[in-house]
Amino acid sequence: MNATMDELDLFHQMLRIRRVEETLAERYAEQEMRCPMHLCIGQEATAVGVISALAEGDRVFSGHRAHGHYLATGGDLTAMIAELYGRASGCSQGRGGSMHLIDTDAGFMGSTAIVGGTVPVAVGAAWASQLRDEGRVVCLFFGDGCFEQGVLHESMNFAALHRLPILFVCENNHYAVYTPLEERQPTRPIHAIASAHGLHAQALDGNHLPAVRAAADKAVHGARIGDGPQFLELHTWRWREHCGPDVDDHLGYRTPEAQADWLARCPIEHAAAHLCSLGLLDEIGRQHIENAIQYEIEHAFDSALRAPLPRVQDMYGHLHGR
Amino acid sequence: MAANPATGISPLPTYPPVALREQNGTEAINDALTLCLQRDPTTLLIGEGVPDPKGIFGTTSGLRQRFGPQRVLDMPLAENALTGICIGAAISGLRPIMVHQRIDFALLAMDQLINNAAKWRYMFGGQAQVPLVVRCIVGRGWGQGPQHAQSLQSLFAHIPGLKVVMPVFPDDAKGMLCAAVVADDPVIFIEHRWIHPLRGNVPAGYFETPLGKARRRRKGTDITIAAFSHMTIETLNAAPALARLGIEAEVIDMRSVSPLDVPAVLRSVAKTGHLLVADTGHQSFGVAAELIARVTRQGFDYLRAAPASIALPDLPCPTAHAWAGHYYPTAASIAEQALRVCGIHIGEAQRRELGTLQATTPADIPNPEYRGPF
Repeated sequence: MNATMDELDLFHQMLRIRRVEETLAERYAEQEMRCPMHLCIGQEATAVGVISALAEGDRVFSGHRAHGHYLATGGDLTAMIAELYGRASGCSQGRGGSMHLIDTDAGFMGSTAIVGGTVPVAVGAAWASQLRDEGRVVCLFFGDGCFEQGVLHESMNFAALHRLPILFVCENNHYAVYTPLEERQPTRPIHAIASAHGLHAQALDGNHLPAVRAAADKAVHGARIGDGPQFLELHTWRWREHCGPDVDDHLGYRTPEAQADWLARCPIEHAAAHLCSLGLLDEIGRQHIENAIQYEIEHAFDSALRAPLPRVQDMYGHLHGR
Repeated sequence: MAANPATGISPLPTYPPVALREQNGTEAINDALTLCLQRDPTTLLIGEGVPDPKGIFGTTSGLRQRFGPQRVLDMPLAENALTGICIGAAISGLRPIMVHQRIDFALLAMDQLINNAAKWRYMFGGQAQVPLVVRCIVGRGWGQGPQHAQSLQSLFAHIPGLKVVMPVFPDDAKGMLCAAVVADDPVIFIEHRWIHPLRGNVPAGYFETPLGKARRRRKGTDITIAAFSHMTIETLNAAPALARLGIEAEVIDMRSVSPLDVPAVLRSVAKTGHLLVADTGHQSFGVAAELIARVTRQGFDYLRAAPASIALPDLPCPTAHAWAGHYYPTAASIAEQALRVCGIHIGEAQRRELGTLQATTPADIPNPEYRGPF
């Protein structure tokens, strides 16, 4: 795939995530998706930019705000929607909801609800890849809040010690629920701490798709050739409330200036403008993409809602194996 | 079989000898680990001190030399992450065995054990599994104290998705460790430190002893004493004295906490009508309470008297050796409680017999040869 066609595809993927999240937000009020939901509107470039740098067979892990990562990895859309509606056909068979997504066929190995929970698990998957000489790279998404968890530092230590093929991606959206970074961490760059652990680390604008993709290409390559663990700190912004469908800036925890600044740095419109300037996208082209996405989303919701609820007798299944 | 051409006589057929070896717990566990690492190249062994000169009280000695540093390795002092890392390896198709020299260290890993290991299979609808063994050693005596001598089986057993076992005898330690390694679920393998020097006959070669099954270690007719871990030894020591007082105790080594073999206890109580449960954990909200509750619910009609339990007092473990004999239940306290359950008045004869059970070694060491330091 040539670079410019690739960028158009990545734009499509980002727009698809945005529209899925917006549709979820709209339909959340119907009270049929009965689980906590952390939307990633505004953070689409981190997911798409990084994951598009991975190869077939690579693995992705994520945390509570995982819809974008799941979809960018190729996770089945209908199965995700069905999961949110608590259907038996959901990607976790109705046991996980929004915070526990999985699609192993696609390489999305799991997202969980405890901040830091999947961090060592991803490192363990990278360890397995190394022990078996599989050549897989593992990509792990977490937020700035997770950087305060001891388990992340324990995990970076082990990853560096064994030079594991893993890419740590810190999506720094500057807030843990309502608490700003300044109230949680001293003034020093997150990526510098990762460097001190022995990781190859850098920070960049996470809303700038080409930059994210370029940095991810380099990092994934480094991880794959045995250069040890990599770390990207991607600055971004969550547009909606921490958990739920709404915009909550009336609560005053973020300044209107910061909000306006980040809205102006929309990763999707930024990519669209770039594609237009290259002559690869125009109004009609964009409408075609919008239509295709809308059709896909409507179809996914229809299928998910037609799927049966889980059977009561299945509730006890899958607790133990052999 | 070919005859000897010189004599024309066929040799007698030979049969393999009964392949039992006398071993102690340390040797049996080392054997089990060797066999597991040998038969399955996906098996890994990791823990603080695993390849060091002491080799986890000898249980892991020689294994790094045999299986290499990639499969037998030490770890950073980071129990939570390393547990998660083992979970990640397990969901990727490997079979890690993790070791904590003291179970108290596993408390640092409770997030990964409870939120991930126990739930990964269930919360993803069976699309992944966590074949992980966590060996946790329970210290006792020699001043192990508040943070090196806890017996936390009830804590783990409360969590759906975790299997919890605590073998005592060397044959069970070996067979159950092999079974834990091939199990496709996380198994908390709790080893009382005092099972390491314990000797017994152990079948040679690889074998698995099913998890979740109790084993009767003494037949009796008057009271069922269901014991966990080291309490089985104390109970077996108490049984002859009880017999001299006319009480034949049936001693059941529970071996597993979760799954809990309630049917085995019910079968015994149906015969004896009396139940005493002896646990190495604390009294309140403990395993003994759970077993008594289940037997009472399911076998109330069998019981001729109220069941009782023997367990640790609801206190952290103090360090001073002078207190060890008062903190830990003994064969004498088990026997006394058994008599009470059977409604036998503790008179002069009983007191004399219980007196013979008073330990000849201090209560803070497993045997007279023990010299510390841990």
